[in-house]
Amino acid sequence: MVHEASAPDERAEQFDAWVADENKVEPQDWMPEGYAKTLVRQISQHAHSEIIGMQPEGNWITRAPSLRRKAILLAKVQDEAGHGLYLYSAAETLNVSRDQMEADLMSGKAKYSSIFNYPTLTWADVGAIGWLVDGAAIVNQIPLCRCSYGPYARAMIRVCKEESFHQRQGFELMMALSQGTPEQKAMAQDALNRWWWPAVQMFGPPDHDSPHSAQSMAWKIKRFSNDDLRQKFIDMAVKQAQALHIEIPDPDLKFNEETGHWDTGEINWDEFWAVVKGHGPCSRERMANRRKAHNDGAWVREAATAFAAKERARAEKVAA
Amino acid sequence: MTNDAKGKGGWPLFEVFIRSKQGLSHVHAGSLHAADAKMAIENARDVYTRRNEGTSIWVVPSDAISASAPEDKGTLFDPADSKIYRHPTFYTVPDDVECL
Ligand SMILES: [Fe+2]
Ligand SMILES: [Fe+2]
Repeated sequence: MVHEASAPDERAEQFDAWVADENKVEPQDWMPEGYAKTLVRQISQHAHSEIIGMQPEGNWITRAPSLRRKAILLAKVQDEAGHGLYLYSAAETLNVSRDQMEADLMSGKAKYSSIFNYPTLTWADVGAIGWLVDGAAIVNQIPLCRCSYGPYARAMIRVCKEESFHQRQGFELMMALSQGTPEQKAMAQDALNRWWWPAVQMFGPPDHDSPHSAQSMAWKIKRFSNDDLRQKFIDMAVKQAQALHIEIPDPDLKFNEETGHWDTGEINWDEFWAVVKGHGPCSRERMANRRKAHNDGAWVREAATAFAAKERARAEKVAA
Repeated sequence: MTNDAKGKGGWPLFEVFIRSKQGLSHVHAGSLHAADAKMAIENARDVYTRRNEGTSIWVVPSDAISASAPEDKGTLFDPADSKIYRHPTFYTVPDDVECL
């Protein structure tokens, strides 16, 4: 912990030593401006991703093939809303208001994960998302449970506990399809073809192109580099695809005896950056839906505020 | 708990405490915004107890909580460091005497 009274450069030094020593930073503690700024950006982006991430899967709730699948999907999408809320709360401890974060999302100023700008064309996409997108999210999020910022770490612990069901239900769905009719198996393969590369890109740009990573690692916000996490995910997914008897759409995918890891072909980073800049296939639709939901809900928020004020006034009158 | 509980025009912030099934104390689960306490409890149920995590919910307006200051940590907690005789492990007793 850093003493408020210390000289400015001493404080920065004390802070670095404190986090290097695996101590937690809490909201009231002194922290460098850059640390708080990095966290606000990362946590709010993460929260926005959970909220926007409800749309691609939400698209299939009314068309789920059975009541069982429908209940599962509904619960999963509801979890994602919860994840968004845990994360917004964590960001709010850094003195940024919920209203501001929501405004930044809706104005397009704030980013969210590029993966959610791809369409869910068939039911198999619900399986591919659970298996690959939630699977990738887990790889990303487990190290964040040890993040130096207490409120973020605690939110991530809660999130990780819930994510495992998301990944498993997706894998199970893919398994049902891949063991089904030839058409169903083709659907599963097609979903993997379309979601594989966007999932691989979820870990962000390659290390040599990720300028803020080193500082985030020093501050113990990040624990592993983008490329290390990506490799972990690829190794895991290759085995899972084998178990599903479907093929990863990469002719260059090869086991590297020397490293003990799977090497992939070239990743299309131009596509990644285009989607990040808002040119994904569904970018406009996602934003339009988010704004519409916010505006359509305005009367509910206003009514609840008015009702709460009325109740308060009534209670005060009784007390008087 | 640090930010002013009312984001401009927004609903106040509530801290949520949940008592688990095992009958232990209410434990801080997180926070949320709501128009009033009743709505805060309803929302807390959806946000923090989707998997039978709780049997009871407390919500407290965040700005009603007084917290110890980080710079007082030493004054408040260091005095306990030297009082190791408050722990059972401080005492040496023979291994072969039971129920100690
Ligand atoms: Fe999530
Ligand atoms: Fe998830």
